Amino acid sequence: MTYIANTDEQRKEMLKRCGVSSVEKFFAVIPASLQPKSFSIPQGRSELEVHSFFKKLANQNYYNLISFLGGGYYDHFIPSAVDAIVERSEFYTAYTPYQPELSQGTLQAMYEYQTHICRLTDMEVANASLYDGGTALYEAFQMAIALTGRRKVVVDGGVSPIYRKMIYSYATNLSVDFRETVVIHGQTDRERLFNLIDDSTAAVITQNPNFFGAIDDHSDIVQRCHDNGALALQSVNPIACAILKTPGDMGFDIVTGEGQPLGIPLSFGGPYLGFMAVRKKLVRKMPGRIVGRTVDTKNKEGFVLTLQAREQHIRREKATSNICTNQALCALRAHVYLSLLGTDGLREVAQLCLDKAEYAKERLKAIPGIEVIDSPPTFNEFSVRLPMDAGECVGQMIEKGFAAGFPLGRYYSGMEDFLLVAVTEKRTKYEIGQFAEALEDVVCR
Amino acid sequence: MIPDNCKYTETHEWIKIEGTLAAVGVTDHAQDALGDITFVELPRPGTIVKKGQACALVESVKAVSDIYAPISGEIAEINRSLEDAPEKINEDPHGNGWILKLKDFDEHELSGLMEAEAYKEFLESEE
Repeated sequence: MTYIANTDEQRKEMLKRCGVSSVEKFFAVIPASLQPKSFSIPQGRSELEVHSFFKKLANQNYYNLISFLGGGYYDHFIPSAVDAIVERSEFYTAYTPYQPELSQGTLQAMYEYQTHICRLTDMEVANASLYDGGTALYEAFQMAIALTGRRKVVVDGGVSPIYRKMIYSYATNLSVDFRETVVIHGQTDRERLFNLIDDSTAAVITQNPNFFGAIDDHSDIVQRCHDNGALALQSVNPIACAILKTPGDMGFDIVTGEGQPLGIPLSFGGPYLGFMAVRKKLVRKMPGRIVGRTVDTKNKEGFVLTLQAREQHIRREKATSNICTNQALCALRAHVYLSLLGTDGLREVAQLCLDKAEYAKERLKAIPGIEVIDSPPTFNEFSVRLPMDAGECVGQMIEKGFAAGFPLGRYYSGMEDFLLVAVTEKRTKYEIGQFAEALEDVVCR
Repeated sequence: MIPDNCKYTETHEWIKIEGTLAAVGVTDHAQDALGDITFVELPRPGTIVKKGQACALVESVKAVSDIYAPISGEIAEINRSLEDAPEKINEDPHGNGWILKLKDFDEHELSGLMEAEAYKEFLESEE
């Protein structure tokens, strides 16, 4: 479709139809304070000028920092083959195709991605992706409300505060009774949580590892949910799934997570990848596209978009979700990443994260004035208490070349002196040592 | 197949009074037009429905269709066997393929529905 600009003549005609005499009058309904002061934009610049302008701007960023920053998004190594494969023109699109069955290659890749997600989480069905970990968890919550017809949702305090904020914001007008349990550092407080679950509970939402990095077996929480007719929802770190007890094994009904650790660069916050997997019996209420494998009339294998009756182009306002697109390119990255690593490779990455985080704990424990929160067990992330404001410490560490971590005071008042430190397989023993020395320098000065 | 002991809607539901309950399903014509039914979504028992309100959903290989309540009432029973065997609607729309049963319904609203003969004429006029 070519872009056709409208002419003065056409504009006049449209205004006449609308019954106003000028464009200004047409927009008069917008309060003056909200209208642009001026529509004049600067003169055009040459490509060279634009390039150097943005280069200068980009140079104001701190980059090449050695990262110990996590909070749900991690600095993992990405094999070059990931870029090489996803940038092939046959694959290079963010969308599932509009004539999907013509694009067998893309559909096959999506199907294989779904298979990866099912195997990682030990669940029965996965969709072809959602926007990111937070919106995926919101969609799971929405499913639980629709499936149970109940309005109370219990959210564990270990669920990422960023995700919680997203869910509450989306649900503002849905009159849902959210109940939160407070968790600081540790595992889910069973007594408090169980007290909140009753026959009016639609779902319980947990996270593993939780925001503080703590790992836990939530099988008992799932059991308690099912005893009360509630659904059990969990958000997971996909890398951690390789070595931890899986959500499927714990009995969860809906599993979501942030796919960024699977070969997707941090890129200042996105685009990322939300994944979702459910029990087969819930598939009709699952949002997003689903690719299925089938055979054609000649019994040849082929791929299709399946169960489309859930989707808005057929169900309209009764669709399972109004999320109409997905993150096909990011999902493809995850697929390529997981295929390259394989089961053993992914386990090795996960084990390295765990081991290096444990080593970092030991190094930081040796620093006078720093308290490492060492219990319960953690995966690739843990919190430390500093003898100073964590935000201030992070600022000073940047000057030394480190992204030191996430200051917990940003989301938890009273925790201004706590820092959340993440360690991935990329960090060398040397870097961890340098980090500990720099941190000692900052806190002991 | 248009049994005489049922009443019919223009949206192709049948309703049959069984004592204090009223069974509801889709007509033979409807199941034939829909094609192979692959999924049925049932309401929660206890739900109050108004005449003409969508109260269940039938998905076939061709389309997704709402099932509208022929009269107002409360959902008393649902045919849970359809969750695993939705094809029962194709096989036996007036028998094992029933979808839901209403109680405390408004009997006066029945008079607004078609008798078998009228429904047969309605189908012919639709063609």
